Amino acid sequence: MTALRIFFVGGVTSYRALFNWLSPWIFVPTFLVAPIFQILLFVYIGRSAGVQSDEFYVIGNALQCAAMPCIFAMSNTIAGERFQQTLGYILATPAGRLPLFVGRSLPVIANGFLVSAFALVVGGAIVGVHIPAGSAGELAVVIAVSAFACTGLGLVSAAIGLLARDTATLNNIVFGILLVFTGANVPLHDLPDWMSTIAQGLPLTHGIEAARRIADGASLGDVGNLVAAEALVGVVYLVVGYAFLRALEGLSRRLATLERL
Amino acid sequence: MSVFRLLWTSWRFHIKSLTLSWFFVLTTVFMPVLVATIAYYMFQAGQRPGTLFYASLGAAVYGIWSATLFGSGGAIQWQRWQGTLEVVVATPAPFSLILLASTLATSTIGLYSLASTLVWGRLVFGIPLQIDQPLAFVVAVPATILGLGLLGFLFASTFILYRHANALSNMLEWPVLLISGMLVPLALLPAWSHPISWMLATTWGVQAIRQAALGGTPWPDIAMTLALGAVYLVLGVVSLRNFERLARRDATLSLT
Repeated sequence: MTALRIFFVGGVTSYRALFNWLSPWIFVPTFLVAPIFQILLFVYIGRSAGVQSDEFYVIGNALQCAAMPCIFAMSNTIAGERFQQTLGYILATPAGRLPLFVGRSLPVIANGFLVSAFALVVGGAIVGVHIPAGSAGELAVVIAVSAFACTGLGLVSAAIGLLARDTATLNNIVFGILLVFTGANVPLHDLPDWMSTIAQGLPLTHGIEAARRIADGASLGDVGNLVAAEALVGVVYLVVGYAFLRALEGLSRRLATLERL
Repeated sequence: MSVFRLLWTSWRFHIKSLTLSWFFVLTTVFMPVLVATIAYYMFQAGQRPGTLFYASLGAAVYGIWSATLFGSGGAIQWQRWQGTLEVVVATPAPFSLILLASTLATSTIGLYSLASTLVWGRLVFGIPLQIDQPLAFVVAVPATILGLGLLGFLFASTFILYRHANALSNMLEWPVLLISGMLVPLALLPAWSHPISWMLATTWGVQAIRQAALGGTPWPDIAMTLALGAVYLVLGVVSLRNFERLARRDATLSLT
């Protein structure tokens, strides 16, 4: 019961805190406007290079845009607490770490979903990509699963934040890697083998592929294996992130790096 | 003389300070290399001759732009966080010169990304680095850095009243990359966007570097980059004086 309370009440509190931090002055330019221009940029590069359709880039980049809020916001659950000098208090509480940190991931997933869905709808409308209205629900499921998988990766980054001071650099690198490796802009078969192999273990790769097939008329059942793979990737990162979190919490106590700014 | 001494000293100080920041150097080098990588794969798949070096040069200028934008977004914000903004504004030295040195330093740091992008393209993708007009290229690169640094100064001068300057600079990164024709020919973009492109030193800077490297007439583009830089300087000084006055009047300089 206490774990459930920490999970939900902690999650809601974190959600409110997220929007205190993410004022409209930050949210609109960073999470609504920038993704649209990311889509436009790659659509036009695609047109210039004469490869792929506009739909390919709209879907790829719209889903990839979930990476920014999910990874940055999730890792801020550690970095933000440290910045506010509250990390020590949180880790000194007897509260179970699983509900404490996983509860915080719920608003992050919701936020990532909204950013991605907005980019898909608005970006698609601007470049004139028609996605059947009937597939909206199925696409929403894929976007939600992709946002979940990205948040799992964000939890790993958050855990590393217990030891490393500069998670912003790490997050930028992760965001860039996802941009290249996941097939958002370059089909996996055009990448070297080692890159497309790594992509199989990254969030978004399977989600982007599933979303593209749904937009082309496939049903959710047709892409069930891709959605399941995306979810599995998310679960693996979540488990790894949680294990890291517990292990690095102990290490950060031993090395006294908990409050290092 | 003291103006040049102040600019030189501040510029050197900021170059050293930024070079010591892993975050700044990695962000400056890594993202342009990644964008270049995506562009290489896309243009490679398109199999259009000559486009890889074209993309390489565009991505290199994007690196300068990215560093400038990031630096100008942070130029005031970082001092605000460190609690030094009021002290710097209160010194007898004109704040515009201190800010100018800072934004010029960030655009100069863009040289790291220019070098890394071109070397990455050469080593990993085998893109030949053949410069058609070396002299013009050697002039075009610093002219572009200067033009972009002055554009960054204009942005930074307006950010003094804006609490979330970093968010605004995040937003501007992709649009300017797109609209300046760094990776996409301007002719492909909608006609309404062309006047905006012409007002940006990034557009003329990348054209100057491309004309020098690939063959053409780079000198008019170099002149245009510098002329626009002079316009940004005047606008930036006027804007900074005005915003500084407003910030002092309303006691909003620290904005924390």
